[in-house]
Amino acid sequence: MKKLISIIFLLYVAYHLFVIFYAVPFGSNELASKVGKFYLNHSPKDLNVSNTVTAVVVNFRGFDTLGEVTVLFLASTGLGSILFRRREIHTKLSHLRSSVETSEIIRVAGRILFPLIILLGVYVFVHGHLTPGGGFQGGVIIATGFLLLLLAYRDFTIEHRIITWIESLAGITFVGIGLIGILLEKTFLENFLGTGKLNELLSGGIIPLIYIAIGFKVAAELTGILDTILSISVEKTEN
Amino acid sequence: MDNLQILKLAFIGAAVMLIVIGLYAVITKRNLVKIVLGLTILDNGINLLFITLGYINNGTAPIFSPTVLEKFKTTEAASQAMVDPVVQALVLTAIVIGFGVTAVALALVLRLYRHHNTTNIDEIRNLKW
Repeated sequence: MKKLISIIFLLYVAYHLFVIFYAVPFGSNELASKVGKFYLNHSPKDLNVSNTVTAVVVNFRGFDTLGEVTVLFLASTGLGSILFRRREIHTKLSHLRSSVETSEIIRVAGRILFPLIILLGVYVFVHGHLTPGGGFQGGVIIATGFLLLLLAYRDFTIEHRIITWIESLAGITFVGIGLIGILLEKTFLENFLGTGKLNELLSGGIIPLIYIAIGFKVAAELTGILDTILSISVEKTEN
Repeated sequence: MDNLQILKLAFIGAAVMLIVIGLYAVITKRNLVKIVLGLTILDNGINLLFITLGYINNGTAPIFSPTVLEKFKTTEAASQAMVDPVVQALVLTAIVIGFGVTAVALALVLRLYRHHNTTNIDEIRNLKW
């Protein structure tokens, strides 16, 4: 009965959502938003950045991205404080994450794949202003490399102090670049470096620097989150 | 019905379907992990809807790569044939925020499981009267 009512309700919601969004013009020959046109015109000319999405995220809306990075930081801090438990219980359980040893294949493949995954992640966030991708995506790729190691080796631990340092330094770099912008060019996150040529690695001024900082920050935060969640063995601790 | 109509129907239909499936999981499921999964599906549906609304006819990705510049010669001509970068930047933000929400929600589920030894919200009765 309850399911039937909810299905009827959801069909009603779906019908109205569909009608509203079907009325929006789709696939016209020109962009509907003036802002989008402005970004597409100014990103290759003024900033010499070929990936317009990166230019929007890091330069035109850079302050917004600072807030986004803060949200991610708050998520990882909140996760740590929600899942906090006293040290002696933690250390007793966490040096071996699972009781079953993983197979030889997973361990060897993990060791071979790990540096390649890190390399791919670094490539993605260094080339964020030239190709699809960027700091967030590269950071996530690096975190999957650490996840592979965490799953393959049950005694692999991540030093949280190092992670905190990387995270803090990356955040300070981001805010510091913004503050240098205030000092040299009057506004926060103003592009104060030379922008170079379109489609070259050293182009776009501060954009690659900020995306590299974001890449390190996201990688450190996600690795910390994965380690926090995986190091909890729920079954053994009855409260 | 031409190609564009089919594309519009497929993408908006898929996005609305994802939103509704996510809402269905949130409303009817009793398992907390499934509710969090429903929220994630809802999130993805909304992201797909955003991306769909930024599409223009035969548009390419908003990246001025050497191949695109070779085809269109100037950046002005190339920018005429590109999809809206604003929605893509917004969705990038939305994905990251969605990840944060999912992580914190799963942490709360773990915490609840630790206290009650169940993830069924019918059996967690502390706030019910």
